[in-house]
Amino acid sequence: MGSNSDPVTRIRTSPGTVIATVLGVGVPVAFLAVFFAWPVAAMIGRGFADGLGGFGEVFSRPRTIRLVGLTLGQAALASVVCVMLGLPVAHVLYRLRFRGRAIVRALVILPFVLPTVVVGVAFRTLLRDTPLDGTFAAIMMALVFFNIAVVVRTVGSAWEGLDPRQEDAARVLGASPARVFFTITLPRLGPSIAAAASIVFLFCATAFGVVLVLGGTKFGTIETEIYLLTTQFLDLRAASVLSVTQLVIVVALLAVVGRVRGSTQRRVAAARKPRRTDAAAIVAAILVTAALAIPVLSLVERSLRTSTGYGLANYALLSGTGTRNALVVPVWVALGNSLTTAVQATLIAVIIGVVASLVLSRSPRSPLARRALAAFDGALLLPLGVSAVTVGFGFLITLNQPPLDLRSSPILVPIAQALVALPLVVRTVLPVLRSIDPRLRESAAVLGAAPWRVLRDVDLSIVARPVLAASGFAFAVALGEFGATSFLARPDRPTLPVVIVRLIGLPGGDNLGMAIAASVVLAGVTVAAIALVERLRVDTVGAF
Amino acid sequence: MTLDAEHLTVSYLREKGRSALAIDDVSLSLDAGQVLAVLGPSGSGKSTLLRAIAGLEVLDSTVTGTGRVLWEGVDITAMPVHKRGFALMFQDGQLFAHRSVASNVAYALQIARMPQLEQRDRVAELLALVGLEGFGDRRVTELSGGEQQRVALARALAARPRLLLLDEPLSSLDRELRERLGRDLRRILVETGTTALFVTHDQGEAVLVADRIAIMMDSHLVQIGSAAEVLEAPATPEVERFLGR
Repeated sequence: MGSNSDPVTRIRTSPGTVIATVLGVGVPVAFLAVFFAWPVAAMIGRGFADGLGGFGEVFSRPRTIRLVGLTLGQAALASVVCVMLGLPVAHVLYRLRFRGRAIVRALVILPFVLPTVVVGVAFRTLLRDTPLDGTFAAIMMALVFFNIAVVVRTVGSAWEGLDPRQEDAARVLGASPARVFFTITLPRLGPSIAAAASIVFLFCATAFGVVLVLGGTKFGTIETEIYLLTTQFLDLRAASVLSVTQLVIVVALLAVVGRVRGSTQRRVAAARKPRRTDAAAIVAAILVTAALAIPVLSLVERSLRTSTGYGLANYALLSGTGTRNALVVPVWVALGNSLTTAVQATLIAVIIGVVASLVLSRSPRSPLARRALAAFDGALLLPLGVSAVTVGFGFLITLNQPPLDLRSSPILVPIAQALVALPLVVRTVLPVLRSIDPRLRESAAVLGAAPWRVLRDVDLSIVARPVLAASGFAFAVALGEFGATSFLARPDRPTLPVVIVRLIGLPGGDNLGMAIAASVVLAGVTVAAIALVERLRVDTVGAF
Repeated sequence: MTLDAEHLTVSYLREKGRSALAIDDVSLSLDAGQVLAVLGPSGSGKSTLLRAIAGLEVLDSTVTGTGRVLWEGVDITAMPVHKRGFALMFQDGQLFAHRSVASNVAYALQIARMPQLEQRDRVAELLALVGLEGFGDRRVTELSGGEQQRVALARALAARPRLLLLDEPLSSLDRELRERLGRDLRRILVETGTTALFVTHDQGEAVLVADRIAIMMDSHLVQIGSAAEVLEAPATPEVERFLGR
């Protein structure tokens, strides 16, 4: 019998392959280390600057306790409401067959891709001069508006894959429709509901733009508080204590998400025609969909309203800098800045994301290398949850001195946006690469393809469409990114979301109308990018 | 001999870091133009043997000797897969779904930088050989299982491989199709004078397609000989039971 201690005869690896592997692992790791781990670690370091004393002091403030409680309570409530409203919609959109289903699905997903700032402005506009303006209920409505798509999409695709014959069997055995739902359907949907709810919780707990625009000073999240502490009160220690707190919450949540995400075997069952017993779900779905349309329609309507009836006056004002010169540059220039930065961020995120996915899709022989890859995989998901404000703030305190003084460099904004988009790129591309049968690569190799050629002809060819889709998605995310950008954008080079928040903060004169018109423009560009992505029909997009 | 595989041993990792042997000290030889069937029950290590010869597995060294693969007396053990000039056909074809039928067949020709016109002629010739004239522009996803295996065979033969390795090429097909394609395979291998190593668990297929049969049992090669020799005189009671004699 052979023993393992003997040396093995290795197939000679060419120097090119070695260099490619080193680069493939090294570039993403270096990028994450310099632009993510280092800034975040520096943040954490500030929190522990004088031991745990900082924590005691910050947590003895009533305001801190209140905001942490508010963040968690708000996120928990929003998750419950999203699940309750999302379930009937998921049933109708993924289990029933009817004319126009594709359009309604697109409509329901739409709010999720809108930039947070736009959603904030839409709800401000909708609720102005009503008792709801500036209340907790307003924030809750906006959070639910945003995240219902997560529940519909995640639970819906799981529902679509359930074998309907189990329900049929229960019905034949005499179970009423309600009983079938609670004893058969709901338990089987359990994992997907848990996954969707935890994702919604995560997004709500780290919500920034929406809460900042709607919450004023009374309501907030840990994230908005970090922002206020750094920019208004210059209390960096308290800010970093809160960052650490948020990091702990997020990592714990990601662990939960990873556990419940489970297997994603997809087998699509045929949708059926609506039955009489679906009436309640259909009514609920119509109401929810209509409710989702209201803020968007009211935003567009309000953008066209001027002092002399309807017109494009608000849009014409976008070539100026607002009443009392609220802005440094005209809004159109900010849009140009946004597009440029978003393109740069997309390039960075896609290159790093694809390289990292290629590395992660390999299954090395050695258990040690396997464990290292699993850790790398987890690290790539982290930027999804670590607050953009923490990253932006971390950049400010680490990248402002030699060896890397990038504070005045315009590359900082695209890098931060790329970090936010990176997990989405990896989650879109990696599952496709992992689904490639290794024997397909072996077939190419045996037919004479060198390793780089196998990479090009098999991996990159198959992944081309998903990469394109991921690019569009990353572009939309970068375009709407506000948390990190608000920290890093130079005053003379603001992006569109930064300008919108500035305008809404100084609401006199034409400024509110301009903010609304600018929001419609930003939403329009985002929706156009996402519409292109949807046309590519890559089903790993937006799956978590 | 054209191909000599000596002392091939391949271990694989199981749970908790323990390793097991997929093939244990297997040696065999093959003459030019000969077709050898490797016959054995599933899990006996016959696919690993094929992959080891192709260069897709890392060989272990053992007390019995260093694992080596020789081609016409030259040691090619350290030669990377893509430089060996072999071809491998999998059970489920492994066609490139994003390429057309013609572009799948032409793959090895493109790598060899054959001029476009020659490529087109060679592809047409190969499609005719496997009975798929005029299928060049189709998408491989539109083909039936049998047609896909024919395309896979054409793709493997395209660059006139020194050695054709076939891993259960007929097993995913239904019985009738399997017999027809088996006879076609035999004809094609003989017509093209291809040296081939053919893995199967079906003795009917082995007899139909191969000149000689090697029997794998529990990671060991236990017998090798002509079909008549193996079937008439099984080397061990296990082989006898497996062959159902």
